[in-house]
Amino acid sequence: MTWDVALILSIDGLASGAIYLLAGLGLVLVFSVTRVIFVPFGDIAAFTALSLAAFEAQKVPPTVGLVGTLAVLAAVAEVISLVRKRDFSRIPAAVAWWGLLPGAICLLAWLVAARDLPVGVAICVSVMLAVPIAPLIARVALQPIADASALVLLIASLVLHFLLSGLGLVFFGPEGARTQPLLAGGISIANGFSISAQVILMMGSAAVLCVLFFLAFERTVAGKALRATAVNRVGARLVGIRPTRTALLAYGCASLLAGLIGILISPVTTMYYDSGLIIGLKAFVAAIIGGLSSYPLTAVGALAVGLLESFASFWSGALKDVIVFSLLIPVLMLRSHWATHSEEETEEIDQ
Amino acid sequence: MKVSGADGPLPVVAVVVGLAVAPALFGNFAVSLLNDIGIASLVVLGLILLSGVGGIASFGQAAFVGVAAYASAWLSTTQGVSPWLGLPFALAVTCACALAIGALTLRLGGHFLPLSTIAWGLSISLVFGNVEALGRHSGLSNIPALSLGPRALSDARSVYYLIWILVGLVALFSYNLLHSRSGRAMRALRGGPTLLASVGADAYRVRLTLFVIAALFAALAGWLYAHINRFVSPAPFSLHASIEYMFMMVAGGLGQLAGAVLGSALVLLLKSGLQDVLPLLTSRGSQIETVVFAVLFILLLHHARAGVNGYLARWQRGRVTTGKPPVSRAGREEPPLPRRTLPARGTTVLQVDGAVKRFGGLLAVNEVGFEVKAGEIIGLIGPNGAGKSTMFNLLTGTLPLSAGKVNFLGHDVSDMSQCEIARLGMARTFQHVKLRPHMTVLDNVALGANARGRCGVLRGGLGLDGAEERRIFAEARRQLERIGLGDRARELAGSLALGTQRILEIARALASDPVLLVLDEPAAGLRRKEKLALGEMLRRLRGEGVTILIVEHDMDFVMRLVDRLVVMNFGTKLFEGSAQAVRADEKVQAAYLGGGA
Amino acid sequence: MKSSTMNTAAISFALAVGFMANSAGAADLKVGFIAPLSGPISSQGIPNAKGIQAGLKYKAEVGGRKIVLIQLDDASDPSTSARNARKLIEDEKVDVIVGTGGVPGSMAIAAVARETKTPLVSFTPLTLAGDESAWAVTTAQPASLMISAVVEHMKRAGVKSVGYIGFSDSWGDLAYASLKKSAESAGIKVVADERYARSDNSVAGQVLKILAAKPDAVLGGTAGTPGALPYLALAERGYKGMIYGTHGLINPDFVRVAGASAQGLLAPTGPVMVADQLPANHPSKKIAAEFRAAYQQTHNAVPTDAFSAYAFDAWLVIANAAARVAPKLEPGTAEYRAALRDAIFATKELAVTHGVLNFSPGSPNGADSRSVVIVKLDKGQWVLQP
Repeated sequence: MTWDVALILSIDGLASGAIYLLAGLGLVLVFSVTRVIFVPFGDIAAFTALSLAAFEAQKVPPTVGLVGTLAVLAAVAEVISLVRKRDFSRIPAAVAWWGLLPGAICLLAWLVAARDLPVGVAICVSVMLAVPIAPLIARVALQPIADASALVLLIASLVLHFLLSGLGLVFFGPEGARTQPLLAGGISIANGFSISAQVILMMGSAAVLCVLFFLAFERTVAGKALRATAVNRVGARLVGIRPTRTALLAYGCASLLAGLIGILISPVTTMYYDSGLIIGLKAFVAAIIGGLSSYPLTAVGALAVGLLESFASFWSGALKDVIVFSLLIPVLMLRSHWATHSEEETEEIDQ
Repeated sequence: MKVSGADGPLPVVAVVVGLAVAPALFGNFAVSLLNDIGIASLVVLGLILLSGVGGIASFGQAAFVGVAAYASAWLSTTQGVSPWLGLPFALAVTCACALAIGALTLRLGGHFLPLSTIAWGLSISLVFGNVEALGRHSGLSNIPALSLGPRALSDARSVYYLIWILVGLVALFSYNLLHSRSGRAMRALRGGPTLLASVGADAYRVRLTLFVIAALFAALAGWLYAHINRFVSPAPFSLHASIEYMFMMVAGGLGQLAGAVLGSALVLLLKSGLQDVLPLLTSRGSQIETVVFAVLFILLLHHARAGVNGYLARWQRGRVTTGKPPVSRAGREEPPLPRRTLPARGTTVLQVDGAVKRFGGLLAVNEVGFEVKAGEIIGLIGPNGAGKSTMFNLLTGTLPLSAGKVNFLGHDVSDMSQCEIARLGMARTFQHVKLRPHMTVLDNVALGANARGRCGVLRGGLGLDGAEERRIFAEARRQLERIGLGDRARELAGSLALGTQRILEIARALASDPVLLVLDEPAAGLRRKEKLALGEMLRRLRGEGVTILIVEHDMDFVMRLVDRLVVMNFGTKLFEGSAQAVRADEKVQAAYLGGGA
Repeated sequence: MKSSTMNTAAISFALAVGFMANSAGAADLKVGFIAPLSGPISSQGIPNAKGIQAGLKYKAEVGGRKIVLIQLDDASDPSTSARNARKLIEDEKVDVIVGTGGVPGSMAIAAVARETKTPLVSFTPLTLAGDESAWAVTTAQPASLMISAVVEHMKRAGVKSVGYIGFSDSWGDLAYASLKKSAESAGIKVVADERYARSDNSVAGQVLKILAAKPDAVLGGTAGTPGALPYLALAERGYKGMIYGTHGLINPDFVRVAGASAQGLLAPTGPVMVADQLPANHPSKKIAAEFRAAYQQTHNAVPTDAFSAYAFDAWLVIANAAARVAPKLEPGTAEYRAALRDAIFATKELAVTHGVLNFSPGSPNGADSRSVVIVKLDKGQWVLQP
């Protein structure tokens, strides 16, 4: 292990860590507002990446079909629940919001596909396609069981992951794809080693997004509403914040983050239909280190996991995951020791 | 041995008969599918105990299956040992693994625990693929089949009965266990560690026991897997497999043991069915199996959140009673549980010397000292924020002292844990009632007698604890009669009114045969009549020789009840004396009514 | 009068019996096909399925019997492979099993085949010998054959040291074991053994270790698009030595993902991949063209990978063997299966897309040196090397 090797490994580790960081933030965001560990987060990132690859190959990404179907299902579900409540006046708004808006995005994507697009347009449209996915899925699959126990919600989340990755296989096939790098070339640091500009872009974007995230949470009213709902749902409702709306906002932000992650990593990593799980798992680790509540600790955890992974792969490629996960246990023990545990009862299973 | 199913014997009998005749009715493939269901049921039974009852979500059960499968496979292929001997070996290896992992991770709280199960579940399955002696990624093949004498149990039908008999035995063991002394402690895990500590059980040890039991069930499944499939590789023991076991548990219903078989059957039959049906509907049928499975599962969760079992249970709603029929039938009178010799009236039971508690810069309790003598009722009162609750927590061991000493029955309990103090004879109730709402009233009180029993997991599971259980339930019944709830023994605790629940907690505390009963605001939230009844009962208890310390807010209630009062304000002891003396004291008046009388 | 009635009756009776015998004799030959159509190895399984369907198009009946194909997905899980095999044999009563992608899965099916006495024609390497291989053959070239061809090329190119980077799964193990063996006898030193999981995003650490050992050549024991990762990483680090791969890399998606980093990659493969570059007298040339035509007809596209060809070869083996089974034996019976197995093991000089197959009892492999060619990836095309 020489210094330049350590340097390369560190950069590699920080690059992966940046991605886990963003994914971890998204997971913590959704969990803190909804108590759902949103496992399909990684799958949305994979879908965005593969959609971008489809645009570049001048094909219509099947994601369009997915979003369209989800929009129809969500609109129908919303209308049915409004009819049950006899609240007919809200139906047009519901249809517009749940059905027409995502539908418009699908239409846009379908129109611009199968053409030679400038890179910027392709990226924008891919991310736009990704944003409705989480809120729509949450509306259709998770809202009916929103009051179930945390375990059932976790299982539902896992099932959704299998659903999305299964769809990914059908849509995109088993082979992976890489997209065009946004920036070519690299920066050379000593001895012929260079960091590709794309990696720098990735880490830089992650840092910028992080900062934006923190600002949004600290400075904007919507951000504060999200934090309020996270701290105390009933209290938030009492001051006029609507939990379902904030939940939607949280899911939408998570989707956006996932989409951005997808397009950031696809130039440097081959993305497969099942790449989502690995991203989600490592992000989950980072989020847990942050106690599923603290963003700075999640960031630290994510970078640590990335670095550890990188150095562990140098030590033994085959046992890399074993090392990372085994070392996780003492970290968890430390973390659990520090964390103040409120004496909360674990919920009763509803019979 | 205790028998009978959860909701009457009929469904169980039907299932048993059905399983017994199945090999005669179905073809070979169907029988091997039933075998797979049986093996999965073993794992899911353990998972229901661990996650459903104990509240510990575990994503690593498949790893334990793998450990056992590889252990037995290795022993019988490389060492040429009989497969039957592979079972104790596999169980021993898995037990050792589970103890090691449990010792490290079961103290983790909150979300850290499920993540740790993912961590070691993943690590173990990855290790399998990298060990030379275990065949690396190609695994071990040519594992010998089980044989009974000259006959090898190598095809699906011959091994069917072995599997399902084992499933039956394990289910019976689990059922007996849940209805034993250890089982009550396990069912109380979801109530939080403080509840268990207050009845003298260490939550960590209960969790560890549960964890090892679940691992051993999984090990049994692993041993069967190895010698039936006769081939092991790392793939079936991955995180994916653990997640699938979780699905089975949730699909079946994680509250009841029957959910294990139902859930496993549902998931495996669904997958097999989809495999047959989908290719007929579309040419890409095989690829969308996962998708269709996921959609169907989501629909299941929407409509039957408590799993299939919960769905069936809703049909049977309307019945009030659940749980076992009463244990002490006529004719088998057992001697009552041994009781402590209570100290003579007037001897010091509890002595507090200069207790201090700091929370950072805040001094919550400042040099408080008082005495409690046997056979009296002492009240600890004070306005809001006086530090009564903190003092209470110091006494019971819930919080550690910053300085000072507490002496209980001659032992220095300043550094003891809640659990140890409870076992010494201090029983407590809680300000926010901690009952197990889904357990019966009788079971809740029997939980209080936890420390007075001796039978462990093994005797509980094998049903050899009948005598002790009868004694415990007799004691519980006695306490219920004492507080006047004797006729409501079989109702669910969650269906009682708050006042009744508080009294029930007192019964639970009494069931532990305490020397000192410490009550935390027992009158809070009670109506006037209920308060009178409570006061009556406490006086009666004093008459029977129980020493009582009440922390209370309600002056009226307390004044008429106690022998002596200790008044606290701003963390210090303001006054100590009889009720009249306290009422007359100027400082106390100032504290409660404001200064300048 | 009586005798003519008797005669008529006798003749009608004989005709009836003959008719019944014939219609019974037209029973279908059932082929059970298992492949990973989802999961990590689906990039092999899906082309396999396409190949077997091309085979069905090519030859849908043999000896007057229709061949019926039943297809199941094992999701890359060996337990599912075994379960599917049982389902096909016991429920569907297939006469022969074809499958699966992934060595552990094939081994699991081989165990079931042995137990139920059903012949198995696999298309992955099988590590079976002697009695164990009594019921299984494979159309895939054994890894040792392919890797030794690679090592021979290395020797001729003057390579003295080779670094290995492969998957941390059974394929990676198999390739490494073959490399070690061949390299030793060729006097080449293996200086690095690195592994990574198919789902990994980065192999920076592993590649750095290989580069530190300064090998003349690097062999990637990988398959499919995840196999592109080491080559990309090596190119990024400026590695200038020779690069080799296994026959698992021969698919267009790999070429697309690896891009310029795989320029000059040398790999072994079956003759079918470069069929048009084969000399006219190569035994596989004709059958490869027929395969191409059948595939084109079935899928409206040309075959671009080797996996579909393996499955097609399995079909050829079955069709060829079935033709040699005594016509009086009925499919769906144990005797038929045993006879089919015997016929398979008696296959001699059968020209398939991947060379020529000769099976004999005691080993599941039937390929020989005519089944291997070395190709070089040049500007996105596979070029046959002499």
